[in-house]
Amino acid sequence: MEKSIYLDHAATTPLSEKAFEAMKPYFCEMFGNPNSQHVYGREGAKAVSESRAKIAAAIGAKPSEIYFTSCGTEADNWAVKGTAWQYGDKGKHIITSMIEHPAIYTTCKQLEKYGYEVTYLPVDGEGFVSPEELEKAIRPDTILVSIMFANNEIGTIEPIKQLCEIAHAHGVLFHTDAVQATGAIRYDVKELGVDMLSMSAHKFYGPKGMGALYLRNGLKMEKFITGGEQERAHRGGTSNTPGIVGMATALEEAMSTLEQDAAYVASLRDRFVEKVLANIDDILFNGPKDMSKRLPNNANFSFRYIEGESILFSLDLAGISASSGSACSSASLDPSRTLLSIGVPVGTAHGSIRFTFGKHNTVEDVDYTVEQLVSTVRRLREMSPLYHKK
Amino acid sequence: MYNEKVMEIFKNPQHMGEVENYNAIGTVGNETCGDIMQITMRIEDGIIKDAKFKTFGCAAAVVSSSTATGMIIGKTVEEALQLTNKQVIEELGELPPQKIHCSVLAEDAIRAAIADYESRQGK
Ligand SMILES: Cc1ncc(COP(=O)(O)O)c(C=O)c1O
Ligand code: FES
Repeated sequence: MEKSIYLDHAATTPLSEKAFEAMKPYFCEMFGNPNSQHVYGREGAKAVSESRAKIAAAIGAKPSEIYFTSCGTEADNWAVKGTAWQYGDKGKHIITSMIEHPAIYTTCKQLEKYGYEVTYLPVDGEGFVSPEELEKAIRPDTILVSIMFANNEIGTIEPIKQLCEIAHAHGVLFHTDAVQATGAIRYDVKELGVDMLSMSAHKFYGPKGMGALYLRNGLKMEKFITGGEQERAHRGGTSNTPGIVGMATALEEAMSTLEQDAAYVASLRDRFVEKVLANIDDILFNGPKDMSKRLPNNANFSFRYIEGESILFSLDLAGISASSGSACSSASLDPSRTLLSIGVPVGTAHGSIRFTFGKHNTVEDVDYTVEQLVSTVRRLREMSPLYHKK
Repeated sequence: MYNEKVMEIFKNPQHMGEVENYNAIGTVGNETCGDIMQITMRIEDGIIKDAKFKTFGCAAAVVSSSTATGMIIGKTVEEALQLTNKQVIEELGELPPQKIHCSVLAEDAIRAAIADYESRQGK
């Protein structure tokens, strides 16, 4: 492949050089188990505790409120199941949204099999959860509200602070899946007021297989991964020292240039969106039209009369890596739940592509991608029995 | 996930479009995924003189439609009715397991077009 343009940063990001360097010594030299009572262990323990402090500082938490997990999905599972188990005798009702990542959505679906009731809040045409709808959905037996900070497909940034206040006004705990938001949007957990928050390192140029859950001090929470006394006896399993160090280094780096990076990535995204809308007709731009209310890296389009996998595959052949919200890209054949929830018709949802930009992309990448996209869409529409030239 | 042959055909599909003065048209939808294929044919003296396809579907649907269309040109109606998606897959070498259903579109569209032709003939 001559050209190779990566436009799938919501799926994962490349590891930062700085994080990679920081991780290296913890594989072969300082390999000790942080729980061991000797010099090797102490080296590891020191690295873990410094990393915890960095992550806490990045989000306005105390180090004692950060718990490392094996990924964002585990953090989400812990928040939802931990709450369900800990507070199940108070009530068995959970509120979430229709557009959550499967890490939350399927976890809630599973709990429904075990006697929990779940309300999946609808969203408006741009993916926003309505505070009024949330208020109406809260019942005396509601124990948890879990709403994502920012959506991975259409980039919608939810009004977390407002939603959290409503939950708290009714004495209900609030969790947010901030996997897409962390490193992309500056926030402070104390200001948001959330009780729990999940993040994942590989979305902010950290290593894969590393996540963290913020658990507000004083909050009683059942364990999810039971085992040894790691993570102050809240999460069993030997600490992934290199992963933890990589995660902290990457987040610290991301936070130090967050505003510049976000502005740069948004400028690429805006240029892309403008050009696509100017050059291709019969398309939907999915998600918030007000760019300040969506993730800076996200653009999502539905191309009428053509199908997502064909678009994606054509782009791939041209050296462009994007992602499809459509059925045919994955083993599942159902169109994206998120797109259907914002009212995209099933057929149109099939022709949807997500482009997520990153700090290593360039203006040339944007222009080349637009060019390829225009010719791909034209070619596939010529092939489509649904398309009739105007 | 696709083999070389499939990728090549996808880049440059043959027999795409609509036959001028066709006398057979079949349009079918895929129940599994909602994708659609249309085939048009010119049939003379029981022989398929020309055929073209249009597809709203994934790459596997495009490629198997193109291949199946090529396989029936010049064949008799009876021969075309014998064509199965298995033969199309054999011709392509292989398709990923979750993409087998896509190749059924072509088979169904051919049958639908021939049925259309026969009804036009008043059979
Ligand atoms: C919103 C959201 N939540 C959770 C996850 C899962 O994170 P991880 O890949 O670390 O398990 C992702 C990543 O795909 C995501 O985008
Ligand atoms: S034809 Fe729909 S997935 Fe292939």
